[in-house]
Amino acid sequence: MSVQEVLPLNGFTAEQSAHFRADHLLVAEMVKPGSKVLDVGCGDGDLLQLLETRGIDGRGIELSREGVNRCVAKGLAVVQGDADTDLVNYPDDAFDYVILSQTLQATRQPRVVLENLLRIGRRAIVSFPNFGFWKMRLQLLIGGHMPRTENLPATWYDTANIHFCTIKDFVELCDAIGVKMERAEALDLYGRPLRLRLPWWVWNMFGEQGVFLLSRGGRK
Amino acid sequence: MVGVKSVPSPAISAPAISADDRSHEVDHPSSQVAKFGADQPLRLDCGVDLSPFQIAYQTYGELNPDRSNAVLICHALTGDQHVANVHPVTGKPGWWETLVGPGRPIDPKHYFIICSNVIGGCMGSTGPASINPATGKVWGLDFPVITIPDMVRAQAMLIDRLGIDTLFAVVGGSMGGMQVLQWTAAYPARVFSALAIACSTRHSAQNIAFHELGRQAVMADPDWHNGGYADHGIHPHRGLAVARMAAHITYLSDAALHRKFGRRMQDRELPTFSFDADFQVESYLRYQGSSFVERFDANSYLYLTRAMDYFDIAADHGGVLAKAFAGIQTRFCVVSFTSDWLFPTSESRALVHALNASSARVSFAEIETDRGHDAFLLDVPEFFDISRAFLQSAGKARGLTGKNNQ
Repeated sequence: MSVQEVLPLNGFTAEQSAHFRADHLLVAEMVKPGSKVLDVGCGDGDLLQLLETRGIDGRGIELSREGVNRCVAKGLAVVQGDADTDLVNYPDDAFDYVILSQTLQATRQPRVVLENLLRIGRRAIVSFPNFGFWKMRLQLLIGGHMPRTENLPATWYDTANIHFCTIKDFVELCDAIGVKMERAEALDLYGRPLRLRLPWWVWNMFGEQGVFLLSRGGRK
Repeated sequence: MVGVKSVPSPAISAPAISADDRSHEVDHPSSQVAKFGADQPLRLDCGVDLSPFQIAYQTYGELNPDRSNAVLICHALTGDQHVANVHPVTGKPGWWETLVGPGRPIDPKHYFIICSNVIGGCMGSTGPASINPATGKVWGLDFPVITIPDMVRAQAMLIDRLGIDTLFAVVGGSMGGMQVLQWTAAYPARVFSALAIACSTRHSAQNIAFHELGRQAVMADPDWHNGGYADHGIHPHRGLAVARMAAHITYLSDAALHRKFGRRMQDRELPTFSFDADFQVESYLRYQGSSFVERFDANSYLYLTRAMDYFDIAADHGGVLAKAFAGIQTRFCVVSFTSDWLFPTSESRALVHALNASSARVSFAEIETDRGHDAFLLDVPEFFDISRAFLQSAGKARGLTGKNNQ
């Protein structure tokens, strides 16, 4: 367990840890209990459900009708909508946290979306698949075709994902728009956080996905 | 009409059941009635105190001991309180038996269901077809103009009368959805959850235009007599039928009409070269028009369409919709249908954005269907699933357990 040290996830039961996705547990751990959260691209609402167990007031936006229906069926407050077009309608400071979990790569304007996240929420939590992951690099380098992984199984012509980036790219975007990075995690192929304090290039190479807790840079 | 074959039209022939049954229901409905005397006037937006007045209503199921399981159903423009029982005039099933009833999303086994005829209606609540106690004659156009907030104010008086403080849910589509929204804006603390379907916070210019078309059709009927037709012992059924036909088209979609009728002929192979109802879609509309006049009062139609036209929640809150819902605790579920062009999804979206801006707890789903605005009255499983799930989860949050929720 030298490289793959599992973070102590405070406040989760063994049952929760087993039931929920590792990246969801990590995201949920970043959110202060009792806060108000908007999950953009909330899918089936698994993360929102996890957040509710921590006394967090969660809302969701989901593009697919099926996803919305499943969320409403779970009693979650989820609105059918598109991150690219609907975030502008949310007022400033409406939420404590806005979460964009595995959705950044499917947006048309990642930069605008990111800026909106930090306008609507005081903090943002963004997770995305790292295209700098060694397996991705290898598939393109050796195989000569667009990478496909377990988490990103779609072929290039049949995917909703249009803006892939690497952890390094994302860090550069955060710098460009003056976003403060409060916490950064890279998860390995099994969703476990890589050991802290590794150089960026290691994360960029060995992180299968990145999870970032962001806050507004110069602004308060 | 010279040279044209006869024009038999169910839409302009005298209705079969009609007058007696209908006029009896106006003042002596075959449902429960709450009467409000001189000491309890209804304050109308137009400045008039309506008094005395009555509200006709139906209930299904039982109120639980802590009075927390009441569901108020608000009917649409031409609906009434007979939401889940056989209609006393037409003999047809309740207008929302798809949603309300045993095993349905709104099940009388779990909820105490209330549905009242709106003020201005003609099925037992005081309206233009009722007798004006001051004159002993039918109100007609002397009846004051009413609004959606007036209807809701009257409903609130009924709910008070029934001893219910907080409604577990207020549910409605179209004009009923407007009432749902008005309930939450006017009495946020009295509505635990709100299911607003195929509606909007304001009536659009196009919607007002269609209503004006309908009203002009009624008023153009010589039998209308400036609204005083009751004194002449007749009913402007031709004008009202035309109004209904026009409105009915707006409730459907081009795709639904095409799927249902296409350009198929009615009982014939070739056109008759007349203005007979050659096409199936024509005879369908004529049927819709004629069956409507059997159960509905023409003046009531004028008043209720006017009430919808005036509706604009934002205007009542300085033009800012979000202000109408500021700090609201009610759980909302907003539903729209893809092919509804009367209350298109964009209007529901605007409502949802305002609710989000107000920090309200809101769910929103757009249901894919080609059946147009009418979809909320039809058998659309996805819509029922959402309604059921929303009410069940709200029931859990409300602490409705065991018998009243599963």
